[in-house]
Amino acid sequence: MQNDVIIAGFGGQGVMLIGKMLAYAGMNQGKEVSWLPSYGPEMRGGTSNCTVVISDKPVASPVIQSPRALLAMNLPSLDKFEPRVKPGGLILINSSLIKRDAVRTDVRVLKVPANDVANELDNPKGANMVALGAYVGATRAVDVAEMEALIRKTFAAKPKLIDRNIEAFHRGYAIGEAGVK
Amino acid sequence: MAKKLMKGAEAIGEAAIRAGCRLFFGYPITPQNEIPEYLSHRLPQVGGTFVQAESEVAASNMLYGAAGTGERVFTSSSSPGISLMQEAISYMAGSQLPVVIVNIMRAGPGLGGILPAQGDYLQSTKGGGHGDYRLLVLAPNSVQEAADLVIEAFDLADYYRNPVLVVGDGLIGQMMEPVEFKDDYAPVRPLPPKTWASTGHTGGEKPRSIINSLFLDPEVLEKHNQALQAKYAEMEKNEIRYEGYGLDGDYDVLIVAYGTVARVCQTAMEELEADGVRVAMIRPISLYPYPSQAVREAAEKASGVLVVELSAGQMIEDVRLALEGRRPIHFHGRTGGMLATPEEIVDKVRRIVEGRGGKS
Amino acid sequence: MIQTVFQKPDSLASVITHYCPGCTHGVIHRMVGEVLDELGVRDRTVGVSPVGCSVLAYNYFETDFHEASHGRAPAVATGIKRARPDLIVFAYQGDGDLASIGMGEIIHCANRGEKITVIFVNNAIYGMTGGQMAPTTMPNQVATTCPMGRDVEQAGWPIRMAELVSALRTPAYVARASSHSPLHTVQAKAMIRRAFQYQVEGTCFSMVEVLSTCPTNWGLPPNEADRWLEEQMMPYYPLGVFKTPDGRDRAPKPLPADE
Ligand SMILES: Cc1ncc(C[n+]2csc(CCOP(=O)(O)OP(=O)(O)O)c2C)c(N)n1
Ligand code: SF4
Repeated sequence: MQNDVIIAGFGGQGVMLIGKMLAYAGMNQGKEVSWLPSYGPEMRGGTSNCTVVISDKPVASPVIQSPRALLAMNLPSLDKFEPRVKPGGLILINSSLIKRDAVRTDVRVLKVPANDVANELDNPKGANMVALGAYVGATRAVDVAEMEALIRKTFAAKPKLIDRNIEAFHRGYAIGEAGVK
Repeated sequence: MAKKLMKGAEAIGEAAIRAGCRLFFGYPITPQNEIPEYLSHRLPQVGGTFVQAESEVAASNMLYGAAGTGERVFTSSSSPGISLMQEAISYMAGSQLPVVIVNIMRAGPGLGGILPAQGDYLQSTKGGGHGDYRLLVLAPNSVQEAADLVIEAFDLADYYRNPVLVVGDGLIGQMMEPVEFKDDYAPVRPLPPKTWASTGHTGGEKPRSIINSLFLDPEVLEKHNQALQAKYAEMEKNEIRYEGYGLDGDYDVLIVAYGTVARVCQTAMEELEADGVRVAMIRPISLYPYPSQAVREAAEKASGVLVVELSAGQMIEDVRLALEGRRPIHFHGRTGGMLATPEEIVDKVRRIVEGRGGKS
Repeated sequence: MIQTVFQKPDSLASVITHYCPGCTHGVIHRMVGEVLDELGVRDRTVGVSPVGCSVLAYNYFETDFHEASHGRAPAVATGIKRARPDLIVFAYQGDGDLASIGMGEIIHCANRGEKITVIFVNNAIYGMTGGQMAPTTMPNQVATTCPMGRDVEQAGWPIRMAELVSALRTPAYVARASSHSPLHTVQAKAMIRRAFQYQVEGTCFSMVEVLSTCPTNWGLPPNEADRWLEEQMMPYYPLGVFKTPDGRDRAPKPLPADE
């Protein structure tokens, strides 16, 4: 079994962080993982992305040409990566910021109003946690308990954020879970 | 120690520290900046020294000086910087100094780009600087292997009194993967005492040590060169490393690839095998000495060989030498920082099987 | 009637640069472009770009350009000028490029009195590679390769290039200006103009060091970066003309009697 995902968005949306958290959670539950950031000239354009692979076997290529999933936090990311998603794969669209539908019809599409949910929870910076939750809810790529433990660890220095981010994660998780039923 | 998720560049820095290295000299260059940045805060914590030199020319000569005192020393850079180090590398090889150098290769020639490439294979393995010398060259394909090989590189350098070069590409430097470091580190083999080091003449008890590559008398220089060659012959006997994938089964096509691109080939192999195409792979880990015999033997079972590189075709020359025309050799290469994709490799292998591979 | 009162110099290309918001590389490009226009030398000018954030300067000037390897721009410029003395040749370099890896090239170029112009952009950091320490990084200034701040015991004091180059005996024009405020750019442009003027007249080597900001790697918003430059850099890097072609050798001070 392998889960792989490209997570993409503006610098500052925390896409690198949730990618790392996914990889950590995968590793902590005994899976093989890799996390590959985009680096190079494209970073100056303000969008960034990372590729995460979580697998039962040693990870072959850490570069994924056709990912099983795409988590697009902004429009340029959807424009760029939508054509590359594997047929039958999954596209999560941050519908708070992306006002178009997916063009592809051979993939599952799940709209996640990540910023709206985060704002509702009075945790505007937690949109990435909502999105992370939705991805985990839709794919079960990693265990929820593992993810919760990791959120606690990641925000250990800012205890106020722990419960809020766990809440954001669960709201996202519910959207993800419902979306694939 | 438990597994930790680490960036390749940081794992390489930590590996040097685990190997007992306390001295780093370097100069910033993308995509390996995280190595010096990591060591600039880690080395002082363990009583070590980090020096940002004014250039790679200076950094490599600082390495030359420090290695001459018998200390374990380390530098890292990326392609254009490694080019600037070639003079000192030639001097260090000539003076038989143990040093470890990491090259996180980027695309060239010239200033080129900063994305992954393997265009420095010939420079690394055929003597990038002047004179008759060889470096021991190792090429990891994962963060864990990069860390392991860097630690071992320090032992190999000390054992052979020779520079060891570890080459990766931008992916090795930038990606994060789980790494495990052993809690206690011991050399993999007994290492000779460094009686040659310049640690002071100590009241005449110790013979004077002169770190030198100048031998004006041609007879003496030839003898020196013969001793170097004997050492390289010993490396060729002992230090061949490679990994085989599916070499025990039957296969029609043998892929030869090293470094991270070999992992892209693995993904392609999974797809091909699912379709019933019989394919195997050999991944050289030591680029010098090159696993020629293993490549030759593995190729014997195949009807065709495919070399995949992130270059216009450099390692393929060693594959040609190894096969001596016994099998047709095909090539797939990407350059400029473009990555070979599994789809491209699948397609190429299919065409070889169907007899449309186009020979190189 | 609509009147154009401000426009892009012809010597600059109509493109959007890749510089970060608040970065003063663009301001310095503009000053050079205006001077080339005013002196009417655009058609016979060849620029040399460095390796640093301004590596793409060849896209931003409407003149011929060479891209040099890291630090070697003064040598490349020497080659161009010696081959074609009628050309106006300038090198545009950052502080890592000029004062670190290229120290040998700049000193010898100045010392040979090559009749070229060097625009030296001092932003006290390595911009392009992501904020490592430069030879010009201020004492205690944090950079990615001096996470505890620059320790002058280990890394020495920041190098004052204008002072260093002006100590050479060979006649030259050497000045330092800043680019962080409109007032300072007026002075900077006057210096850049004089530097090019000396080249046009075939008088001497000329170099203008321009203090510049790097909000991105200093980790400051642009307005605070301007303030930081003024408060932290300017006292250490005084502005002014350090040497003119008629300048004399500096005489050493006499030894105190008791030594
Ligand atoms: C031989 C070589 N070494 C290192 C580098 C990496 N490198 C690129 S730009 C740069 C320094 C840039 O700093 P600076 O000159 O201060 O210019 P800035 O980016 O701040 O404008 C370095 C070290 C390189 N390209 N070539
Ligand atoms: S990194 Fe610094 S020097 Fe480079 S463009 Fe940005 S602000 Fe300017």
